[in-house]
Amino acid sequence: MRASFVFSEVLTGLRRNVTMTVAMILTTMISLTLLGGGLLVVRMIDKTQAVYQEEVDVNVNLTKDISANDKECTQDTCADLRERLESDPAIEAVTFENRDQALVRFKQIFEAQPEMLKLVRADALPASFHLRLVNPDRPEVISQTYSGAVGVDSVVDESEFLERLFSAFNGVRNLTFAIALIQAVAALLLISNTVQVSAFTRRTEVNIMRLVGATRWYTQLPFLLEAVVAGLVGAVLAIGLLVAGKVWFLDTVLGGVFASGVLSPIDGLDILLVSPWLLLTSIGISAVTGYVTLRLYVRQ
Amino acid sequence: MIRLEHVSKVYKTSTRPALEDVSVVVDKGEFVFLIGASGSGKSTFLRLLLREEVPSRGRVYVANFDVARMARRRVPRLRQSIGCVFQDFRLLNNKTVAENVAFALEVIGKPRNTIRKVVPEVLELVGLEGKSARMPHELSGGEQQRVAIARAFVNRPLMLLADEPTGNLDPDTSQDIMLLLERINRTGTTVLMATHDHSIVDSMRRRVVELDLGQVVRDDARGVYGVGR
Ligand SMILES: Nc1ncnc2c1ncn2[C@@H]1O[C@H](COP(=O)(O)OP(=O)(O)OP(=O)(O)O)[C@@H](O)[C@H]1O
Ligand SMILES: [Mg+2]
Repeated sequence: MRASFVFSEVLTGLRRNVTMTVAMILTTMISLTLLGGGLLVVRMIDKTQAVYQEEVDVNVNLTKDISANDKECTQDTCADLRERLESDPAIEAVTFENRDQALVRFKQIFEAQPEMLKLVRADALPASFHLRLVNPDRPEVISQTYSGAVGVDSVVDESEFLERLFSAFNGVRNLTFAIALIQAVAALLLISNTVQVSAFTRRTEVNIMRLVGATRWYTQLPFLLEAVVAGLVGAVLAIGLLVAGKVWFLDTVLGGVFASGVLSPIDGLDILLVSPWLLLTSIGISAVTGYVTLRLYVRQ
Repeated sequence: MIRLEHVSKVYKTSTRPALEDVSVVVDKGEFVFLIGASGSGKSTFLRLLLREEVPSRGRVYVANFDVARMARRRVPRLRQSIGCVFQDFRLLNNKTVAENVAFALEVIGKPRNTIRKVVPEVLELVGLEGKSARMPHELSGGEQQRVAIARAFVNRPLMLLADEPTGNLDPDTSQDIMLLLERINRTGTTVLMATHDHSIVDSMRRRVVELDLGQVVRDDARGVYGVGR
């Protein structure tokens, strides 16, 4: 096998068919970007879930009165409640957060959205107990027990909110995968078509090759490689898009949310881990499509 | 070298057989004309030898290959031992004369050194030594056919199949091409040539196999074109 021969054939083929090549690369790119995006969302959900699994918090918000007047939780109502919570066997840890601390945390979360900060006045935030549960699967028991207690304004079960959050994420993920799949079908058809057109425009060469006794490798490898090279370029562009999306979209828009720890951020490592799969998927799909097309449409 | 035993070929899309019960033996080094009216099956005959088609019935042997039954992956080996020339030359228009000839060796993986050595040799043999850098459109029809012959012969095949190689050429040029084919035949290469050209067949006085409606109707060791018709 003369590599230089095959290589120059591939380049000629891709150049001869520039518009098709570009269409093929772009479709592959979009498909893979969506696939990669979906995979990253999966990773983000997994990581965030793992964090919360360890510490599903239940927040016991205290009444306005306590929030305003008992900054250190030293007065009877608050101290009694704390004692009750600390002695509850279902609760592992109790942390008190007064109104000032809540405001600091709030500011951190919405750092990137100053409009939000303007909307909220300090005295709107309640002081609260953060409870870490021994058995994070059953937060509703705690919420029932303490809902009506003296000094308690409301009990907020974070897991409920998280469930809604995760189901929203799962929806996003499914939608991304669905669109990625549709795009993948488009990419597949384009690859198949390009290989056919390519083989057709070079039928004279291919016929001569066949007649002088070139093997299948020589006659068909260039077409196969054309598809694979386009797939590869598409995958590399897709990875580039994912990195760009992280830097210019996620980090700026959701930076505050990540910083607060509500969501686990997508980092460079996540993209690095997803990239090989995108490359492999792309190479695999384009090679198989090319091969099947050649089998079906091009005479050996 | 070539042996057909009771070969019939019926194309899928046609009812009448293109070849019917054809048995022919061609020895090594022979020069054979394959003649007959249009549609009599000459090209089909040649395509069977190349495994471009498989016979509907009968056996085809070329060199040591059982052509109809051999595995598909061995077909390239068969074709490497056969050179082909056609009426329409079939050159690559975007390659020079030398590149066209080299192409046949490149695609079967011959080393670059060999290619550099044998291409000029074969171009000299066909009388094109000064024109290796020309493009096909800068050549006359006869010269283009010489390039095609050079390409068919550069790998020193056991046999050369020519399907109406002079069909597009004037009588003088045709005569030159025939001299070239004779020269190749003298190197020991078997030559099988399908043709309509009376004068060529008559002047060469070689073996003539005549087909009519797919059947062999004549096989003369030193034949002429029109006898008995
Ligand atoms: N691929 C094909 N499919 C169907 N029928 C075919 C095919 N090729 C040839 N035929 C038929 O087979 C018969 C023999 O054709 P063939 O090409 O072998 O004739 P030929 O002697 O070479 O004719 P010519 O002198 O015109 O080149 C014809 O009737 C032709 O129509
Ligand atoms: Mg013919």
